[in-house]
Amino acid sequence: MQDKSSRQMLLGARDTLPLIFAAIPFGVIYGALAISSGLSESITLAMSLFVFAGASQFIAVSLIASAAAFPVILITVFIVNLRHMLYAASLMPQISKLSKWIRIPMAFWLTDETFAVVSNRINQSPNAPGFLWYYFGSAIAMYSFWIISTWTGITLGQQIPDMTSWGLDIALIVAFIGIVVPALKNRSHWACATTGAITAVLCHDWPHQTGLLFASLLAIAVGVFLDRKTLKELRHD
Amino acid sequence: MIEWMLIAGMLILTFGPRYLPFSMAGKIELPPLMLRALNYVPIAVLSAIAAQATLIREQQIELNLQNPYLIAATAACIIAYTSRHLFLTIALGLLTFVLVRWFWL
Repeated sequence: MQDKSSRQMLLGARDTLPLIFAAIPFGVIYGALAISSGLSESITLAMSLFVFAGASQFIAVSLIASAAAFPVILITVFIVNLRHMLYAASLMPQISKLSKWIRIPMAFWLTDETFAVVSNRINQSPNAPGFLWYYFGSAIAMYSFWIISTWTGITLGQQIPDMTSWGLDIALIVAFIGIVVPALKNRSHWACATTGAITAVLCHDWPHQTGLLFASLLAIAVGVFLDRKTLKELRHD
Repeated sequence: MIEWMLIAGMLILTFGPRYLPFSMAGKIELPPLMLRALNYVPIAVLSAIAAQATLIREQQIELNLQNPYLIAATAACIIAYTSRHLFLTIALGLLTFVLVRWFWL
């Protein structure tokens, strides 16, 4: 049993490695950007330790830099992070068998990366054992590297000030493409991805990143509507 | 001090939405249509984020060949479609970006 759980953890960490590799530059830039925006080292690191939400941290830093009001920062952070609610909801069937306490660290460690890897595995083998350990392996690897890369950014940012303009954010874009494209298996998947992409671009100037949320919800609706099972039900009615 | 309060606020507002569905798992049964919709979450959200990050530069839509992000993302799409390999997609996508920025733009 002991042996099996540690193997699942290693497997989870291993499957997340390509995404961690892509997230490292993101963490480094965050660290560098926070310092150059005037945040102290301890606040910069504490945000990675206690908030652990990449996109929200970036937005908080840029809003702090532009001297935005306290409530504006919090509202934006909340909305940007709302997609995690969708992630958590889609994991509910797997979570329902687990104890109350274990759900707290699982929720805290839920990120784009861990969700992508875990939901990929659920799609491929829905009833594979060791879901919890696999999840923790992925999440802990992601968390450790996020903190290490933040720290690296804090240190490097003071030595190489123009690092934030190198375009390192491309890493996460190609990583997300590497996850999404192979997952497109039928017409409804393609329609969902296309809708999400086009809508997100068209609604990019909506306030507080609400365009991203709207694009995601519309894309989900289009996907479900064109889903073979839904079409079948509609025909039967 | 105000910065620590900001961190506390952010912690509550980012943890809350992640934890809420987890806390309800097992207590409520989601309808089948809802479960089917949730299957589309990864595709919908990740493609929305990737497309926005690729095409929006300085708050403008940059749908042209002067945008190195667009070229690298297109290459990544082709590589991902043909190879279905995550690590290869990331490595070659990054390489394309570096080459385009050094030799072209």
